[in-house]
Amino acid sequence: MTEIFGVPTQALFGQLLIGLINGSFYALLSLGLAVIFGLLNIINFTHGAQYMMGAFVAYLLASKAGLGYWWSLAVVPIVVGFTGVVIERLMLSKLYKLDHLYGLLLTFGLALIIQGLFRNEYGTSGLPYSMPAELAGGRNLGFMFLPNYRAWVIVASLVVCIATWFIIERTKLGSYLRAATENPAMVQAFGINVPRMITLTYGFGVALAAFAGVMAAPIYQVSPQMGADLIIVVFAVVVIGGMGSILGSILTGFGLGVIEGLTKVFYPEASNTVIFVIMAIVLMFKPAGLFGTQK
Amino acid sequence: MKLKQTLIAAAIAAMAGTANAQVSDGVIKIGVMNDMSSLYSDIAGPGSVVAARMAIEDFGAAKKGMKVEILSADHQNKPDVGSQIANQWYDVDKVDAIFDVPTSSVALAINEITKKKGKAFLVSGAATSDLTGKACSPNTIHWTYDTWMLANGTGSAIVKTGGDSWFFLTADYAFGHALERDTEAVVLKGGGKVLGKVRHPLNAQDFSSFLLQAQASKAKIVGLANAGGDTTNAIKQAAEFGIVKGGQSLAGMLVFITDIHGLGLDKAQGLIFTETFYWDLNAQTRAWTKRFAAANGGKYPSMVQAGVYSAVTHYLKAVEAAKTDDGTKVIAQMKAMPTDDPLFGKGSIRKDGRKLHPAYLVEVKKPSESKGPYDYYKIRATIPADQAFRPEKDGGCNL
Amino acid sequence: MPRSQKIALGVMAAFFVLAPLAVYPVFLMKAMCFALFACAFNLLIGFGGLLSFGHAMFLGTASYGAAHAAKVWGFPPEFAILFGTAAAALLGLATGLLAIRRQGIYFAMITLALAQMIYFFYLQAAFTHGEDGIQAVPRGVLFGFIDLANVWAMYFTVFAIFMAGFLLIYRVIHSPFGQVLKAIRENEQRAISLGYDINRYKLLAYLLSATLAGLAGATKALVFQLASLTDAHWSMSGEVVLMTLLGGLGTVFGPVAGAFIIISLENYLAQLGAWVTIVQGVIFVICVLTFRRGVVGEIGNWLKKPL
Repeated sequence: MTEIFGVPTQALFGQLLIGLINGSFYALLSLGLAVIFGLLNIINFTHGAQYMMGAFVAYLLASKAGLGYWWSLAVVPIVVGFTGVVIERLMLSKLYKLDHLYGLLLTFGLALIIQGLFRNEYGTSGLPYSMPAELAGGRNLGFMFLPNYRAWVIVASLVVCIATWFIIERTKLGSYLRAATENPAMVQAFGINVPRMITLTYGFGVALAAFAGVMAAPIYQVSPQMGADLIIVVFAVVVIGGMGSILGSILTGFGLGVIEGLTKVFYPEASNTVIFVIMAIVLMFKPAGLFGTQK
Repeated sequence: MKLKQTLIAAAIAAMAGTANAQVSDGVIKIGVMNDMSSLYSDIAGPGSVVAARMAIEDFGAAKKGMKVEILSADHQNKPDVGSQIANQWYDVDKVDAIFDVPTSSVALAINEITKKKGKAFLVSGAATSDLTGKACSPNTIHWTYDTWMLANGTGSAIVKTGGDSWFFLTADYAFGHALERDTEAVVLKGGGKVLGKVRHPLNAQDFSSFLLQAQASKAKIVGLANAGGDTTNAIKQAAEFGIVKGGQSLAGMLVFITDIHGLGLDKAQGLIFTETFYWDLNAQTRAWTKRFAAANGGKYPSMVQAGVYSAVTHYLKAVEAAKTDDGTKVIAQMKAMPTDDPLFGKGSIRKDGRKLHPAYLVEVKKPSESKGPYDYYKIRATIPADQAFRPEKDGGCNL
Repeated sequence: MPRSQKIALGVMAAFFVLAPLAVYPVFLMKAMCFALFACAFNLLIGFGGLLSFGHAMFLGTASYGAAHAAKVWGFPPEFAILFGTAAAALLGLATGLLAIRRQGIYFAMITLALAQMIYFFYLQAAFTHGEDGIQAVPRGVLFGFIDLANVWAMYFTVFAIFMAGFLLIYRVIHSPFGQVLKAIRENEQRAISLGYDINRYKLLAYLLSATLAGLAGATKALVFQLASLTDAHWSMSGEVVLMTLLGGLGTVFGPVAGAFIIISLENYLAQLGAWVTIVQGVIFVICVLTFRRGVVGEIGNWLKKPL
């Protein structure tokens, strides 16, 4: 059996695949953040809490309304996205004239409130959410056993990421959006309802977070804490990729997943820190991120 | 002068919060401190306060003319918060004894403070066996369970039944390392082998990479040397990756019935671990559980909460016998008297502060085997009290 | 010093001198340590315009440094505190050199990344004992004759340290250095065009802020005789932002008031567990939306005097 650095190649391929799967999760999560920051210049610290809400609403739909996983994938992003719209209308829109840091502080406060409320209500042991029957089980790939669900995660993430990138970078709607953030007054003068676009964009970013939450529910424990530590990592991904760049976040998400996966094999104790080390290095030499442009 | 007024008003508000009315020492004040809002709130939390209240009522304190009051607080699993609460309780609120305290780091801090102030500390929630070892104190009794008992109960029982090759999935922090170390020692002593170990970061969401390594090792047993959310996540994902279906078994080093409840039997079935209390053991435990659940919103007790009931009961008996609430004297009295309560049966307390009672090796039932909520365990073996805990001479306690 | 601030200073000092007669002294010592921490943080954001989201790394480093020096090396308290503060200062220099070149959001993010790395280091390092923390730290005997086990000796030592730190910050703010800092915050380009080496000024402010935050952390370790991971966790960084925001960014006395209010709140609500985070979140939201000047800022605005 051939070995690379003391790890048999078979095992290595397995870990690379796992890394890619985790990377697709990071990409999905950071996509929403990148959309919101790239287009609206808001640092959405609430993203982790909204991801958690996505998982919880899926759980509630399953236990109270009997709606299964596939329904949740469609319904949950809309429901949680709607709460995002409410937040934007009532609170965020008041802060656009101020320093961006106030937006960060507001969303940070909202994250605390949302997480605290859910913790009060549901405790922290976590809630069970079953794997959809169609995706249960897995296949033996020879070098590892791949659960079907994990394969689905890669596929779904890729589809959503590419679709989002396409909408924003290649369609007319996307170009209105990008123009609206560069020069809102002028775009408004052209008759486009800029505030509404901004609201819907924020809602869309939040919906992406909730979508990731539904995808997480069958495999990660549904608990009020699930977004809290994840949010910092996702921020690192967005910062490394370039805070304005959708493509940057997607590529970085996948890339970092692979790097983290490799670290887990060779030096697992450091798998927490490796992302931050990379972030610090990137910020030092290319502060706008790998794919970003300095604003 | 609004600033001054604001400050004084804030100070008064703070005082009202910190100093409860100055009560003379005709009252026995019990403080139940644990995690009320996060990781261990279901294992201990408000349920422990319910258990303590039940103990006071069942003891008949009112009829005996003893005034007993309960305070409770949330230490948020942080030693600094726990220390502050303990200091304030002892100095300002005249609390006589502190109960529960899950999270070993907090328990160790309170152990020190209690010793310094000569009060009493009855630990039900924390696991570290150092409390009856190098950190032992004449003011502390360690109830319910500890890491040595867990490692020994689970480890040696599994090795005896054929699980002789292990792979450890360890949380990379002091407690996780301790669990792994203790269990490894037991496995090796029983003639088993440790084929590998991997350390995962605390609160890791994704275990796929580590589980893959566990699968590749082909060890018969995958030992989970972690706790709380890490354990439940690992178990959930182990089911996903077909670890158990592939012929390996999972051994949880620190699992509670509330974790199983949160996971569901379809994911947790077959898990083997050790506890010292199960609600369905006998008629007495069942009767008590019915009363407890009625007062606790329908949630069944964990062994930690049962331990609080048992400890408060014995504490009150000791106070009655010794006719004092001085911490050091009451603890000595508790050690001198044998224990007896409907939950743990008859037991005793050693000189080093270790409470002795039998331990049970349990296996989680399959969904088809369960007849109702919380009907989760099959009792695989009973470890008698004199074998369940670390021998007194091995602890390094100089009491 | 303008009259309004002299009066406020007098009130603050009188309060902290007299309050321990009625209020639990350990609570007040905690308030003073956090007040110093918040004042140090305010120096950077309120006057330097730099939001650091990683200030916990200084609190934590100094706390561990002082605790280790006092417990393992047997340093007397004055040297233990000095050691802890020096450790924080060194970290401030190292991280400052890396972070200062960026501003705004990027500065905040890089301080967060660095603080996270420091946190994970402390989580795994042997000398910190991980989540157990360094416990039973001896308070020792100050200057060879003041026994800090006596609560009054400890209290007034902390009071002296707090007042010294506070007055130092005050002097810095109102010095020519402080004026340049304010100018940089208002309009960086103009300051550059006037010939100021802005990076040097920002670095110096950062260093000062880190050192004084360290002083707060080292003192706190001796007060509570415990150094734990909480001091280095990112939620602590969030808390100091909250205290300063609530008290009033850029005011002199704001951070003190903000720290006191938040500490009192946590104490008072401790029985209610998760409600503490919810209340903190609500305060954040209210402050950002409608109460941007903070408590002391609003008072100062109403009085039309600087506070």
